[in-house]
Amino acid sequence: MWKAIWDYVQRTVSPRHFYDIGGQWLPWLWAVAGVLLTVGAVWGLAYAPPDYQQGNSYRIIFIHVPAASIAMGGYVLMATCGLISLVWKVKTAEMVARSVAAIGAWFCLIALFTGAVWGKPTWGTYWVWDARLTSMLILLFLYLGVLGLYSAYESAASAGKAAAILALVGVVNLPIIKYSVEWWNTLHQGSTFVATARPTMPPEMYLPLIVMFFGCYAFFGAAVIARTRNEIVQRERRTQWVKDIVRKESAHGI
Amino acid sequence: MSAAISLLWRDLRLAMRQPGDWLTPLGFFLLVVMLFPLAVTADPHKLALMAPGVIWVAALLSMLLSLDGLFRQDLEDGSLEQLLVAPASLPLMVLAKVAAHWLQTGFCLVLLSPVAAVMLSMDMAALPTLMGSLLLGTPVLSLIGAVAAGLTVALRRAGALVPLITLPLMVPVIVFATGSVQAAVIGLPVAGYMALLAAFLVLAVTLIPFAVAAALRIAVGG
Repeated sequence: MWKAIWDYVQRTVSPRHFYDIGGQWLPWLWAVAGVLLTVGAVWGLAYAPPDYQQGNSYRIIFIHVPAASIAMGGYVLMATCGLISLVWKVKTAEMVARSVAAIGAWFCLIALFTGAVWGKPTWGTYWVWDARLTSMLILLFLYLGVLGLYSAYESAASAGKAAAILALVGVVNLPIIKYSVEWWNTLHQGSTFVATARPTMPPEMYLPLIVMFFGCYAFFGAAVIARTRNEIVQRERRTQWVKDIVRKESAHGI
Repeated sequence: MSAAISLLWRDLRLAMRQPGDWLTPLGFFLLVVMLFPLAVTADPHKLALMAPGVIWVAALLSMLLSLDGLFRQDLEDGSLEQLLVAPASLPLMVLAKVAAHWLQTGFCLVLLSPVAAVMLSMDMAALPTLMGSLLLGTPVLSLIGAVAAGLTVALRRAGALVPLITLPLMVPVIVFATGSVQAAVIGLPVAGYMALLAAFLVLAVTLIPFAVAAALRIAVGG
């Protein structure tokens, strides 16, 4: 019984299956991301009321907060995929982890950049050594370490395992880093959303933010799936099913 | 256990026969400390203000410098592969190797730190705290560094990868260690900082050898 379930799971998470399912999901995910991001951006930038203290400059929140959330969640997702790939030897998880690393690092950079742009009118400076900014910067370096390890290995399989170990060490360290830096210095405003509390913003402001949140997550998901599919084709290029796909697609192209 | 102890002795005997390997990072430590008065200011008051941070950053850099050789020599002469296939517990062996590395670097830095404190005219009342924080903090740096050294041991072009991997993970140690010395300088109690550093050490000693062992198996075994 357990063996049958296990076999089924292994078949479902095989690279080939992921490639097919991902290909079916991808157009829908891109469409959802496009619609939500357009609605959220127009609503947030044009229709949401200005803040009573920060005026219009607060509107960068609509990209800053989702990006920061994805950057942090992405690292945990990467470590989870790494754990799955190490413990159950799931090849697809290894490739997803690699895609999440590359895309999560970009979101981390976006969060830092938009934060700097927002900091100038609000705090009067692009950068302060505040706890949240500093831990975000450290997170970026953690991502870069993982990416550096990926590119240093020649064999993709060992690179995946090595990066998984590093991601796991990093994710254990993440709360320690966060609290040590928080204790060290803090100036940043508190969290915008706490899942268990009512938001302190009026609905005209937080509704577009929620739309942007889901839009950004859909975009992130679509980007990860698209990148993972590329990774699958590249790594499995010697298998027959990839050769078939390439033959079919190139016949279409020509 | 006896295998781990004999590995520790072997590493220490090897170090004794090649003193350059572990003396160079110690010289580097004093050189970095020397650069700060030259580059920033020679004013004793300002130097004393910077001293805890400068000494800790210099110690960290000098530990990084020595990490590259932690497993590389053993990989080149084949003894690392013997360790991997030996019937002894690999995490315990890793712990022995890291202990030998720490005795050559971190422990010597503890002994050298009074010299650096004098060079930066630090308040001597804070010296016991500085040495205590180094005693508790540098083994953690050795252990974190061992993860990166293990992951990159078989790589030809590791380059700046070891610092890139290890430095972000070392942030908590730096924050609390320098915090303890700064608190000691202005006469605040330091027991809390020391307790946290000791907690980091316990956490690192119990968990990191397993990560290093896994890293070595991947890096060497493929």
